[in-house]
Amino acid sequence: MTRPRQQLLILYLANSDLGSPVGAWSFYDGAGNKTGMSGDSATPPYPTGLAAMQDGWRVIQLATLRPAQPGHEHETSYLKFEVVLEKLVETAGAP
Amino acid sequence: MTAALTGAAAAASSSIAARPLLTSAQMAHFVARGFLRFDGIVPHPLCAEALREIENNARPGSYGVKHGDARARLAGQPLDDVWNDPGGIAAVMRLPAIRGVVHSLIGPGALYDHHHAHTVEAQHRWSQPWHADAIIDPRAAFDIQLFFFFHDTPREMGGTMILPGSHLRRVHESDIARYQNFLGQLPMVCQAGTLLVCHHGMWHCGQPNFTRARRHMLKLRLNPSVPQRLTWDATDREAPEVRDLLTTPEPWHGNEGRLEIVNRLRLWRRLTGDDSFDADYWLTRLELPRG
Repeated sequence: MTRPRQQLLILYLANSDLGSPVGAWSFYDGAGNKTGMSGDSATPPYPTGLAAMQDGWRVIQLATLRPAQPGHEHETSYLKFEVVLEKLVETAGAP
Repeated sequence: MTAALTGAAAAASSSIAARPLLTSAQMAHFVARGFLRFDGIVPHPLCAEALREIENNARPGSYGVKHGDARARLAGQPLDDVWNDPGGIAAVMRLPAIRGVVHSLIGPGALYDHHHAHTVEAQHRWSQPWHADAIIDPRAAFDIQLFFFFHDTPREMGGTMILPGSHLRRVHESDIARYQNFLGQLPMVCQAGTLLVCHHGMWHCGQPNFTRARRHMLKLRLNPSVPQRLTWDATDREAPEVRDLLTTPEPWHGNEGRLEIVNRLRLWRRLTGDDSFDADYWLTRLELPRG
C-alpha cells in the first residue's frame, strides 16, 4: 500500500510576479531523503516560479505584499517574494 | 607579556609601525558586498604556528565559558592587551598587513569581542544552516569578523560559505535557516594563509568536509572603539570605481537591489562624513525640499 507524502520546493523570486527569476531556493523532501542543505547547489532548479508550476509543482502559499512601516521604508531583512510549492509523492511508507 | 619575540613571530612584528591601509575602492567593496578577501596574507611559518595552537587548544576561546572564568571578562578589552603574547595567532594579528586591514575598517584601538576555532572533522557531511552571528543588530557602526584559513581549503573540504551583499539585512541569527541556496553564494576556496574579513551582519554557513582531513577555521570578532570615520587611505575617494561598486547589486537581490544600494550609500556617508555623497541620485531625490 502506498502513502502520499509531501515534497516542498520553496522559491524566492526577484519580485511578486511568478514569472520573475529565482534568486534563492530550498527543497524539503517528506517522501525521501533528498532534502537540500545550505550551499549544495549553485543553480536554481527552475528559472522562474512559473516554470516550476509548468513542471507539475502546485503553489500552496504566496508571500503577502505588505506596505513598508513608516520610518523603515528602506530596511531589508528576509526574502520578500517567497513561493511555496508542493508535490505529493506516493511512497511505501508506514500509515 | 614581555617575552622576546622569536622566529616567525619576530618576523611578523619587525615592522609593526607600518600599517598599509586599504584603498577607497576596497572599502567600497566592503560596504557594498560585506567582505574582503586577502590571499596569502599570513606567511606559512605563522600558519603552522597558528594551526599548532588550534590543535593543542593553546588559545581557548571565550565563547560560552562559565561566568566565573576569567575569559568571560575579556570581551570589550583592547585586542593588544588580550593577545599580548609573542607567538601564534597573536603574532598573526600583529602582521602589518593585518593591522592595516583592521585599522582601515574599524579604526585604532580594536576591541576583542571573542574568538573561536571552528573545527570540522573529516567526512563530516552535514552543512550548517545559514545564519548571521550574534543577534539582530540595528547599529550603524559595524564590527568585523576575521576568518582565518591556515591550511589549504579546497571546495570538497568546505569551507565557510558567505552570501555577498547580505550584511545590511536585519535578521536574527538562524531565522534564515529555511533558505538553502542563493544565486551568488560564495564558498571560501583558498590556499593556506588566506584571510576573509566580513561585516558582522554577513550571512554565512559552514560547509561539509568530504575529505579525509580535519578542517580548521579560526574566527575572531573585533569591535570599534572610536567612530569609524575615514580610517583608511581615502585619497581615491572620488574614483568612479567607488560609485560603481556601491551601485552594483547582487544576483539574488532582485527587486530589493535598489534598497540595498540606498543602505550602502548611507553607510558610505557615515564612514566618510560626507552627507552630500550620492550615486545615481538615490538619496538626493529623497532629500529635495518638500513643497
